[in-house]
Amino acid sequence: MSGPATPQALHDMLRKIQEPKGYFFNKDMDMTMPLLESLLVNKQRYGYMACPCRLALGEFEKDRDIVCPCVYREDDVKEYGACFCGLYVSQAWNDDEIPHDIVPERRPPEKLFG
Amino acid sequence: MSDDSNEVKLFALSTCVHCKNTKQYLEEHGVDYKCVFVDQLEGDERKAVLEEIRAHNPKLSFPTLVCGNGRVIVGFHKEDIKEALQL
Repeated sequence: MSGPATPQALHDMLRKIQEPKGYFFNKDMDMTMPLLESLLVNKQRYGYMACPCRLALGEFEKDRDIVCPCVYREDDVKEYGACFCGLYVSQAWNDDEIPHDIVPERRPPEKLFG
Repeated sequence: MSDDSNEVKLFALSTCVHCKNTKQYLEEHGVDYKCVFVDQLEGDERKAVLEEIRAHNPKLSFPTLVCGNGRVIVGFHKEDIKEALQL
């Protein structure tokens, strides 16, 4: 498997790419690290980093919308300050300037059946 | 066939941290529950379980906690779980 092998290496690599875009890792490392570890598990399992908190089909074309960062992240972070799984958040979210609400699922349920 | 309708059932994903936190919370409070890791199911078995979840949570998101008393909690809502299961 090419690419970062550990959650910490993945964290360090992604952070440089995502922060300039306004997406920060959840300051709660008890959330961020397990989620990054699960991304590596899914990369191993499916060949791509499917969202750890969504049910992947294991077919890239059908899972493309939930390959991290998912297509729903932008709207979720805009509306709730966090993505569905809580890996990426806004600066305001990390600074506790906005409430930490649980993000509802935007993904159409039919996608789970392929 | 035994009637398991009042059983506490957690539909989860093995990779989901919210599911992990929900499991931990239930275990910390000694709740007797059944956990189904849907990402570890395949084919018709997975489809059947998805249909079962859909009856409780049309969005098919995880975790979905079916409390056995008619209450369904989607997401790791600690206070709702506490109240629904009277913990």
